[in-house]
Amino acid sequence: MAERVLMKGNEALAEAAIQAGCRNFFGYPITPQTELAAYMAKRMPKIGGTYLQAESEVAAINMVLGAASTGVRVMTSSSSPGISLKTEGISYMAGSDLPALIINVQRGGPGLGGIQPSQADYWQATRAPGHGDLHVLVFAPSSVQEMVDLVSHAYDTADKYRMPAMILADGMLGQMMEPVVIGQEEEKELPEKEWAANGHEFKRDHNIINSLYLQAQDLERLVKERFERYEVIKQNEAMCENYMVDDAEYVIVSYGATSRICKAAVREAREQGIKAGLIRPITLWPFPTEDIIKSIPNAKKYLCVEMSMGQMIDDVKLALNGARECDFFGHTGGIIPTPEEVLSEIKKMAGGEK
Amino acid sequence: MVVFEKPKALTDAQTHYCPGCTHGIIHRLVAECMDELSLEGKAVGVAPVGCSVMAYDYFGCDMIQAPHGRAPAVATGVKRAKPDAFVFTYQGDGDLAAIGTAETVHAATRGENITIIFVNNAIYGMTGGQMAPTSLPNQITQTTPYGRDVNTAGYPIRVCEMLSTLDGVAYAERVAVDCVKNVNKAKKAIKKAFQTQIDKKGLSIIEVVSSCPTNWGLSPNDALQWLRDNMLPYYPLGVYKDKTGEEVK
Ligand SMILES: Cc1ncc(C[n+]2csc(CCOP(=O)(O)OP(=O)(O)O)c2C)c(N)n1
Ligand code: SF4
Repeated sequence: MAERVLMKGNEALAEAAIQAGCRNFFGYPITPQTELAAYMAKRMPKIGGTYLQAESEVAAINMVLGAASTGVRVMTSSSSPGISLKTEGISYMAGSDLPALIINVQRGGPGLGGIQPSQADYWQATRAPGHGDLHVLVFAPSSVQEMVDLVSHAYDTADKYRMPAMILADGMLGQMMEPVVIGQEEEKELPEKEWAANGHEFKRDHNIINSLYLQAQDLERLVKERFERYEVIKQNEAMCENYMVDDAEYVIVSYGATSRICKAAVREAREQGIKAGLIRPITLWPFPTEDIIKSIPNAKKYLCVEMSMGQMIDDVKLALNGARECDFFGHTGGIIPTPEEVLSEIKKMAGGEK
Repeated sequence: MVVFEKPKALTDAQTHYCPGCTHGIIHRLVAECMDELSLEGKAVGVAPVGCSVMAYDYFGCDMIQAPHGRAPAVATGVKRAKPDAFVFTYQGDGDLAAIGTAETVHAATRGENITIIFVNNAIYGMTGGQMAPTSLPNQITQTTPYGRDVNTAGYPIRVCEMLSTLDGVAYAERVAVDCVKNVNKAKKAIKKAFQTQIDKKGLSIIEVVSSCPTNWGLSPNDALQWLRDNMLPYYPLGVYKDKTGEEVK
């Protein structure tokens, strides 16, 4: 089925997971990820997979933990308030070195917030996706096709490093319809997971999936080992799109749906003779720090644009390390910045330099 | 002639349970049943948070340590991903009937084909003796120092009775491990529950009325007497649900 089809972002995420070998989905209804679960409910029974509507997000993520423990590819999807409930399970999975894919189709917060698109869970995804010293891989697609491509990449990377991965989308991407090509419908050869708890059949020692280490030294050794793995990931797995950045004097940093608006604004600014560029992180953790650093010599100023009060800007500033100033422009959930607004921010920056 | 051996499904690890604690007996019964039904090789056990958290070191089968109360959800994930695996949880009363009530009730109502070994010792053992959802009226615990006042702390939950109302539950029995006769009955019950899963009948749960001499502040023997005098009247032993004779739908 490698043909071009028109699909909603949420449905494309689901189909891409199936193509990547996922046969187990556990979720709990929430807007705006609804279509993803509905798609899974329709497809899974037809292909011998599991779609299970859990009693809560807490239960769903723990079902994910159980399925992941057996070594299979598994997915759950939710939106912001539901992800808060999943953080317990995410922490246990990180502490037990379990790969799995978690989708957050972000909506406005805090609290019940709103049901419209938002990017206000950046901190949660990259700073505290659960208690304890841990990270999860965080991918931020900006088109339906990229959502599809990142699903299988996220599974592969999660398997490779034995850790949970998250796709941080938003209501706009989830609801948007775009043409996509989804890979071949063939059984994917998945890597052997010799650590899995799936019945030892007396052919090996018993496997234990666990995050408890009562001896402080044992715990520290394991957490440190995990952080060494995180360092390798930072070196090798950061992804970023640089658009007209080479000679850019005014650099916008933006991700996800918002970055598309920024791209339009950058194009318009270039037409008007302003040397603008866009750095679009595709991985939020690891953050593409090097791409920011590389852009510094020509840059005069940075602008971070997000659908939040400014969260990713922390990582941009850490990367800049005081070398340049970085402004912020954004709206909270449901108010999508317009290209005109962003352009006017760019002009303000450019004007301010003269 | 060997008269008494360690079950094969127990590892050689030394358990950390207090002297006189009945967790050890229950571990043994679970392991014996696994041996007798040849289940160890395809078993995945789920350990709770509670005194038995380290059951993952004691059972020889593959093990998963679940977050507090979530064992039935974890077991659901295992069973759905690997329907041929034999899946059991081992949980205390705080784990199963307080923080994990939703996970328990919903695994039960879905009729997940798993077995729950539920250790009811009327107290939070691991955290040092706080009130459990199964602590008895007037029972003195660290957090009910004047006795459990049902007007403010509510009533104990009778888990087998509650779960037996759910169609997904195929087998529910309450047993005790206070004397040889009851221990033998407990073993039969656990084996029956395991067989229920093998026959794909739905969820099976064995509630084991158990003792916690340490946090009850009693000697092992006095604890067993307290169990008989106080727990058994409130938690009558017996079979609460048995659909094992029915056809699998
Ligand atoms: C989310 C969470 N809350 C609280 C705790 C602390 N805690 C550990 S064990 C336990 C109670 C266990 O009691 P029970 O389930 O009755 O088992 P027992 O120790 O008596 O065998 C609690 C509250 C925890 N580990 N995790
Ligand atoms: S605290 Fe109680 S339940 Fe825990 S091991 Fe000791 S006696 Fe057993």
